[in-house]
Amino acid sequence: MNFRTLEFLVGIFLAAGIVAAVILALKVAGLTLSSGSSEYYTIHGKFSNIGSLKVRSPIKLGGVVIGQVSDIYIDPKTLQPIVDMKIDKKYSNIGEDSTFSILTSGLLGEQYLGVKPDFASMDDDGNPIYLTDGSVTSMTDSAIVLEELLGKFLYSINNSNSKTE
Amino acid sequence: MFLLKPIFNLGAFGINFFSTLGKATIKLYQALIGKPQFRKHFPLLVKQLYVVGVQSILIIIVSGLFIGMVLGLQGYNVLVNFKAEASLGPLVALSLLRELGPVVSALLFAGRAGSALTAEIGLMKTTDQLSSMEMMAIDPLRRVISPRFWAGVISLPILTLLFNVVGIYGGKMVGVDWLGIDEGTFWTGTQASVEIYKDIVQGSIKSLVFAFIVTWIAVFNGYNCERTSEGLSKATTNTVVYSSLIVLGLDFVLTALMFN
Repeated sequence: MNFRTLEFLVGIFLAAGIVAAVILALKVAGLTLSSGSSEYYTIHGKFSNIGSLKVRSPIKLGGVVIGQVSDIYIDPKTLQPIVDMKIDKKYSNIGEDSTFSILTSGLLGEQYLGVKPDFASMDDDGNPIYLTDGSVTSMTDSAIVLEELLGKFLYSINNSNSKTE
Repeated sequence: MFLLKPIFNLGAFGINFFSTLGKATIKLYQALIGKPQFRKHFPLLVKQLYVVGVQSILIIIVSGLFIGMVLGLQGYNVLVNFKAEASLGPLVALSLLRELGPVVSALLFAGRAGSALTAEIGLMKTTDQLSSMEMMAIDPLRRVISPRFWAGVISLPILTLLFNVVGIYGGKMVGVDWLGIDEGTFWTGTQASVEIYKDIVQGSIKSLVFAFIVTWIAVFNGYNCERTSEGLSKATTNTVVYSSLIVLGLDFVLTALMFN
């Protein structure tokens, strides 16, 4: 075979490898090229229990994904879990009193952060106050831990039984 | 005296084993190190990339497609019992990226390209082509072995990437297009659980290690084969057997090191 043809075929082979790597990164791993901070703003949420929330879990408002969890760590002073939430700049009008709750999709599905918007808090001029980059919010609902729930349930059954006796 | 015989045998085996390992390491060193001459050796590398890499594409793609499809089908049958079809994407993608992709590609590569390398180099040695090269002051290690070795090391990771992509799309074909899982669910589930470093990069490191081992074994077995037709067949068989065993064993070690 001619050497030029050979070079061409090898070139296609190498290019196919690069294309495969790109497909794996973008489509399968969901890597986004434009993860610059300009398109997102980060707010910090204080939780008491995050359940099995993970970094990169989605943040949903009414079922629509508006961002993702960018970091989870413990505040060294209060020993409280802090969840950093990266929210799309498009949705910059989330009121300060909005509630962030850790919810589960389906009975055994993975956990996500649900946002319930609230515009109750106003500044002096009557304009709603929004969460901005770097805001810290404590308006959070912790994850429901199934074992704790079962424990409470069994405890209450025991109590009601002993009352009736 | 006959009680001591196993000990003699063990000693002979040990000496043989370590001298072979030593020879193989020296050959590897000589093939890799040495002043590279790009103008002279680049065309040789391209030729070998074609033989080792391009000609292995077909078997890699067909096997990848069918393995992905089978994973999709079997995974669906189990997961549907728990109403967890949404996990089919992560199941197919993770098992391919972490284990099946690197291992099955390496096994296929050992059978398709490794045995061919051994047979080619072995026959060159048997028919004294390598010695005549030496007489003409051409170093056969750099002229024959080195391009084949590098071609193998470059090709297998690329073939593994192709295998993974085709396999994941095969799983998607069965799960989404045939069995009716929602396409969005399939991809978002996959993207949520696959991590670029932990899964894709480490899978590629695995396949690079396998590429190194398989090609090394293939090239060395060819260079070290006995100058008989029997020796040649033995060398070819050894290449496939040893590289398969080492790939499977090493896979366990690498998995234990990487994913814990």
